[in-house]
Amino acid sequence: MDDQRELQPIVVCRDVHKWYGNFEALKGISMEVKLTEVVVIFGPSGSGKSTFIRTINRLEEHQQGDIIVDGIELGHDVRDIEKIRMETGMVFQQFNLFPHLSVMQNITLAPMQVRKWSRDKSEEIAMQLLERVGIPEQAYKYPAQLSGGQQQRVAMARALAMQPKVMLFDEPTSALDPEMIKEVLDVMVELAESGMTMLVVTHEMGFARGVADRMFFFDEGLIVESGTPEQIFNDPQEDRTKLFLSQILQH
Amino acid sequence: MSVSKITSRPPAPPGLRTWMRENLFNNWYNGLLTIISIIFIVILTGVVLRWIFVDADWRPVIQSPLLYLIGQYPRDMLWRIGLVLVLISFLIGVSWGVWGGLVSSFAITMGTLMAIFALIPFQVAELTFSLRGVMLVNVVLIYLGFILGRKVSISGRNLAIAWFLASVIIIFVLLPGFDGSEILPKVPTTLWGGLLVTLILAVGGILLSFPIGVALAFGRRSSLPVVKGFCIAFIESIRGVPLVTILFMFSLILQVFLPAGSRFDRLLRALVAVTIFSAAYTAENVRGGLAAVPPGQTEAGKAVGMSSLQINMFIVLPQALKAVIPAIVGQFISLFKDTTLVIILGINELLGMGRAIINSNAEFVQLQFEVYMFIALIFWIFSYAMSHTSRQLETALGVGER
Repeated sequence: MDDQRELQPIVVCRDVHKWYGNFEALKGISMEVKLTEVVVIFGPSGSGKSTFIRTINRLEEHQQGDIIVDGIELGHDVRDIEKIRMETGMVFQQFNLFPHLSVMQNITLAPMQVRKWSRDKSEEIAMQLLERVGIPEQAYKYPAQLSGGQQQRVAMARALAMQPKVMLFDEPTSALDPEMIKEVLDVMVELAESGMTMLVVTHEMGFARGVADRMFFFDEGLIVESGTPEQIFNDPQEDRTKLFLSQILQH
Repeated sequence: MSVSKITSRPPAPPGLRTWMRENLFNNWYNGLLTIISIIFIVILTGVVLRWIFVDADWRPVIQSPLLYLIGQYPRDMLWRIGLVLVLISFLIGVSWGVWGGLVSSFAITMGTLMAIFALIPFQVAELTFSLRGVMLVNVVLIYLGFILGRKVSISGRNLAIAWFLASVIIIFVLLPGFDGSEILPKVPTTLWGGLLVTLILAVGGILLSFPIGVALAFGRRSSLPVVKGFCIAFIESIRGVPLVTILFMFSLILQVFLPAGSRFDRLLRALVAVTIFSAAYTAENVRGGLAAVPPGQTEAGKAVGMSSLQINMFIVLPQALKAVIPAIVGQFISLFKDTTLVIILGINELLGMGRAIINSNAEFVQLQFEVYMFIALIFWIFSYAMSHTSRQLETALGVGER
């Protein structure tokens, strides 16, 4: 029974296409992500990996194909879109914290406004999350007073406060100084081990090797290759995958 | 540990004498310039002080100070103005106590002006003992309100409601009164004048134009073509026309369009004209602020499932307004000064009252300079209080600076 429930697909994408003007950014992406799965998406810049992950919560609109999240098909109905967004948390490359709000307000804004939870309940959840990401003492500071790594951990707490079923990560460590990458990755590893379903766009191959269930290599708007980390790292089939891996792993 | 031991202190600031030697007299021509400047400043101050206290003839101001303040408002109805002042003094005092720094400059300005009014050391016929007494009571009320606002916890929301109710009572009940009423007989707006009208137009124009301007700014960014088109047309046509023209339009054309016999109050007409004029400029300022908020902010709001309205209310607008406070306050200051143009509708606001006083007496025609200086001083005091508040507001909101 339990196994069956865990194997339910939570994100289903079928033949997703996306054009910017005449430029085809996504040329038919199909992917199924099951509950508790951790999926890493990697590839060269301009390969469409960020665009793809942003179509899942409709920050980008796909023009062809189906995207179904938690049983809801992503269409033009604003209520459906908002429902899906409530169930998918997103962490951005540039953190995108609200600079005019304190850390606590950043985290409690959506639970109070969207989930309509009370202030007390929202703040309690926020404090628990801040402890989980390791910065409860920063609760009443403003984003500008925090380091990049701390800001990104607040951003994770903000996304988790909505108690989403899926977490989307769009290059969460790319804007960080090297010494801060680890503190963010540690939280992501802990999150993956706790059973969160995660789609992660990243170049952190150590993270992928450690916690990913499956990996997808994107290039020019297509999935070139996919498989378990062992398959991808030890026995890549496609030349483009080999070339890319050799470029990012050589140092 | 070792790091804290080797930290050095910053060098002590130089004393006054050193500072002067280094900055004012560091070589012969700077020394010369300093001496010339000092002589110039001393002479100028002397001339100005001499003019104010000896040469100037302040009769046009002293003879009828109430005209500058309230125009022709019936003198036997002065108690109504007094009651308005009492309401405002008390509320501004409480607001000072609750909101602190931001309101303080207005509360202090108002208190100081009323104290000066009450304690002017020479005999002015119009400033009766009871009038001076009321002014002093108001000063005390500001202070009492301040203490109350400090001690008792009053929510900002309740205070805002109190302000709203007070404004409604002042504008629609206390000042105009009712036809045939014994206690509050009607005082037509044609009798209102002076600083009273200037403040009604400026404060009313600012409070009404601000929400309209914000709505127009959002409308201009709307994805609905009709809304967007309307907002662009409105903003651009108002901005393309001088305020004087709009005032003329309102005084003449509106009369044509309105059904015969219906009289649209002159002061209200001026208020509407000033409001839509200011709204168009506020809209453009706010739009600049909206454009300055990075798109990532909206995306972050969307990603947690917030609606467009919630995103705009809680995320975009607060950041946009913070970015354009100086521009908006600057625009409110110019609105305050632009209210002088309503003189073409035959409304005697402060400047118009000054001109009327000059023209009322052949002797005073020689003394226009004194009158205009006095009026300029009043405008300056209010404008300066506004820009001072704006700077405080910027500092207060600067906490989360990017």
